[in-house]
Amino acid sequence: MTLSLTEKDQEMLHGDFGPATRMAMSILVRMAEVARAENLLDITGAHIDSTVYIGDAGLEFAERLASLGAKVAVPTTLNVSGLDEHHWQEWAVPNDWARQAHRQMLAYQSMGTIPTWTCAPYQSEMRPSFGQQIAWGESNAIVFANSVIGARTERYPDLFDICCAITGRAPAMGVHLTENRAGKLLLQLKDIPEALQRSDDFYPVLGHFLGKAALERIPVIEGMNIVPDEDQLKALGAAAASSGAVAMFHMVRVTPEAPTLESAFQGKPPEEVIHVTMDMLRESRRELTHTDSEALDMVVLGSPHFSLAEFKMLTPLVQGKRKHSNVKFLVTSSRAMTQLAQRAGFLDALQAFGAQLTVDTCILTSPMLPPEVKYLMTNSAKFAYYTPGLLGRQITFGSLKDCVASAMEGKVVRDETLWKS
Amino acid sequence: MEKLIITGKPIIAGSARGQALVSQEPLSFWGGYDWKTGEIIDRRHPLSGSNARGKILAIPFTRGSSTTTAVLLESIRAGTSPNAIITTATDFFFALASVVADELYHTPIPLVAVSESDFARLRTGDQIALDEFGKVFVSR
Repeated sequence: MTLSLTEKDQEMLHGDFGPATRMAMSILVRMAEVARAENLLDITGAHIDSTVYIGDAGLEFAERLASLGAKVAVPTTLNVSGLDEHHWQEWAVPNDWARQAHRQMLAYQSMGTIPTWTCAPYQSEMRPSFGQQIAWGESNAIVFANSVIGARTERYPDLFDICCAITGRAPAMGVHLTENRAGKLLLQLKDIPEALQRSDDFYPVLGHFLGKAALERIPVIEGMNIVPDEDQLKALGAAAASSGAVAMFHMVRVTPEAPTLESAFQGKPPEEVIHVTMDMLRESRRELTHTDSEALDMVVLGSPHFSLAEFKMLTPLVQGKRKHSNVKFLVTSSRAMTQLAQRAGFLDALQAFGAQLTVDTCILTSPMLPPEVKYLMTNSAKFAYYTPGLLGRQITFGSLKDCVASAMEGKVVRDETLWKS
Repeated sequence: MEKLIITGKPIIAGSARGQALVSQEPLSFWGGYDWKTGEIIDRRHPLSGSNARGKILAIPFTRGSSTTTAVLLESIRAGTSPNAIITTATDFFFALASVVADELYHTPIPLVAVSESDFARLRTGDQIALDEFGKVFVSR
């Protein structure tokens, strides 16, 4: 089985479309061979995770492509950058670091991309539609696109997403292909109270469990009593793509490729069945908190980026209230979503509460935190998963209401009603 | 001294040698690998606190973040990467870092995939040499 290329693929590889396209195609072809793909397929959109500034190698890669005149061939959105262009000086971001991160932003912008600077491109006007072949980076976006929308993207790493965008091609492999989108693992919810299913903190906890159980297999969730909303599915996917290598999940009668259990498995039996009990979920919830301390310096919301609906849900919780003076309260979102929230009148109550807003970036990718901030709290399993390693800070997980209540108390308080045995 | 020879599949062909650092637990390099030092920093991972610089890292595959590739690429440039990585399946994220390191700096690192049963025979501290055909020579 060898890779077969079209005439145009060959021309791109030989440099007929310029040196940047040649470099992108050369990486694409080598990787398609590594993956044992038989051919490449056309994509209709891309989302670039390589925008996150990590260090000089990533910057040199971006600037090499830009200096060779790279231009994207399909509509291409950009993931978070390392920098909130407008507010970074309010935080502990070092000047030199900011300069490098900004160079990386400019390099990717120069390629004709759409500067969305968000990890939730599926909640922008560039949202793909069912069945579209796309090449996306950013683990939470990949799982959302495949699972909730039914668009098709492999789990593409940084640096590869831009090669697909420049050539308009991707290897025909993995979940691009219908036969690889079947569920492998069945998770049956057992006696999970409906009240908990309605609670926002159920989804990150279930997602964290799901990722660990599934690793790289496609899980199918059965036994929901309610239809979760889009932001709940977003939280579930982001969690599963952090604790595992999940590219997609099915939720029976909820996600578009799972109208029935049989269709989710494409008629085949599951490789493994797990009965998900309250005890398992309690353990999963415990794992998301990494400290016994009630101390609290900062609440972080918006990982992935806050949506308009999430701003709307937060508004009544903070209306007429004020956070404790010792606690910072940060919401991260995209520029576009923040402007919509502003116009909808959701930001006034939030600002009166004492919240800060950051756009374009993510606290996990930007060295924003001052050293005195040691104890964090979040409603995001993804943020909870990465904080100890990436930020070296203590983290407590709670519901959105818990986060607001804790910010007001000045210490961690969590409502255990739905979780107690 | 005990010796074994394992036949793997070269994903990115090349030769390397070093001491093995082995875990059955997948690892995300983003939030899991400090490219400035080579230390494994995922505090939930069994290798947390170990340094993989200059070692032969053996983990079944990567988990989670799509930024794993970028972190491995930084570590190759900074000279803090493992000398080679052994996995149980083709790991696209690691392979891409090696291909881009070749493109930018002509310094790819070898990657070899071995069967799960062969993987289970590897131990931290083993002396390992890889050749470009995917053969893994283990001595302990």
